[in-house]
Amino acid sequence: MNESDIRLTPIKNGTVLDHLPVGTALKILEILQLSKPEKAVTIAINTESKKMGRKDLVFLEGKELKKSEIEKIGLLARGATMNLIKASEVKSKIAIELPEKAIGIIKCMNPKCISPIEGLETKFFILQKPLRAKCFYCEKTMGEKEIANAIK
Amino acid sequence: MEFSLTDIISICDFSKKDIDIVLEKAAEFEKMPVEKKAGILNGKIVASLFFEPSTRTRLSFETAIQNLGGKVIGFADPAASSTSKGETLSDSIKIISGYADIIVMRHFIEGSARRASEVSKKPIINAGDGANQHPTQTLLDLYTIKKEFGKISGLKIGLLGDLKYGRTVHSLMYALAHYPNTEVFCISPESLRMQQEIIQDNSEKLKIFETRDLQEFLPELDLLYATRIQKERFADEFEYEQIKNVFILDKKILEKTKKSFRIMHPLPRVNEIKPELDSTSAALYFEQAKNGLPVRKAILSILKDVEK
Ligand SMILES: [Zn+2]
Repeated sequence: MNESDIRLTPIKNGTVLDHLPVGTALKILEILQLSKPEKAVTIAINTESKKMGRKDLVFLEGKELKKSEIEKIGLLARGATMNLIKASEVKSKIAIELPEKAIGIIKCMNPKCISPIEGLETKFFILQKPLRAKCFYCEKTMGEKEIANAIK
Repeated sequence: MEFSLTDIISICDFSKKDIDIVLEKAAEFEKMPVEKKAGILNGKIVASLFFEPSTRTRLSFETAIQNLGGKVIGFADPAASSTSKGETLSDSIKIISGYADIIVMRHFIEGSARRASEVSKKPIINAGDGANQHPTQTLLDLYTIKKEFGKISGLKIGLLGDLKYGRTVHSLMYALAHYPNTEVFCISPESLRMQQEIIQDNSEKLKIFETRDLQEFLPELDLLYATRIQKERFADEFEYEQIKNVFILDKKILEKTKKSFRIMHPLPRVNEIKPELDSTSAALYFEQAKNGLPVRKAILSILKDVEK
């Protein structure tokens, strides 16, 4: 399959997530809780990409993403593109950036941290080079892999 | 004076200016007449909440409060707190902040002081939150260095011992990054090396060297900050027994060091520094412990009129 074939995938209204790093498509479905979707969900894994060599893609019929969902995808797949499709046309194209803060979207994996102990809304600062999430409360940092596992 | 913080939670919150304000104020307190000091917290009530016992830190804070004429309420024994009856920390702090003007707290839960600062209308001073932060320790460390050497920038400072888990050396490293041209020598056994993340975070501002060998940089050092290697960190007692004896400071090291060389330690020590060093000019650790008082007075006096 190459990129021109993918364009044929029928999405009338919904969202296409493009330029996802290989291996992130399934995790994104998990985060969006789409293991049993009501409408069509199509994914492509490890397809060719001019820009990135290889990439994943996710096609979501009838779904627009919420802000918190976009932030979660930003943590997993920096530089991904979100295409909003209306009446089979691309309405908008947005580059998904790494959020600066993550509020309530990842949980702190430190069992000694006040946030899981008292069930507080979690707050993280997102640091770069390398990518890390630093808990506002316990100040522990999580690396990229840990962040992927900590997304709620 | 423009101190930017309303709570003392983490050394990472401090700007260079905030640190300088505390250090200057602490120096003022050392010269201030007793009667003048005694009026500073006049009519103020400070809550001293030790959810985790720490006699030395508590006595240092409570002495500072009393010297400034403040009144202390609180508990030294966590069994006396209502969280031991199942109340959340957030609720306890909300209630106590209705009584006290400033809250000093120590708690074993990491992030507890930050949480307290969110729910309290009165300033919170973190006197230790588990393995996370103990900012007044770092401030008194900086104050001790400045007082002894007349400066912090440009010094060659060795950090010795448990650099992997040691809270004090982590905080000190971030704080030293405010002082340009400072060189930091991380000296530890392989299994207790400074975390790479911390080295990376500070490598632009500090010159950082790592070694397993205490002797390597000894002649260059202005200061050696020794820390305790804690038994709890080791699954294997044999490994602990071996490692704890690797770096023991004795009089012999002074044959190699500069005349102005000094040793600091957050105390209590176990066997890291032999008592034979106590009477030498290198021993700065008791002076360091004493410096907790002016530094804590400085913080209390800065926070006493804070509006949150
Ligand atoms: Zn945390």
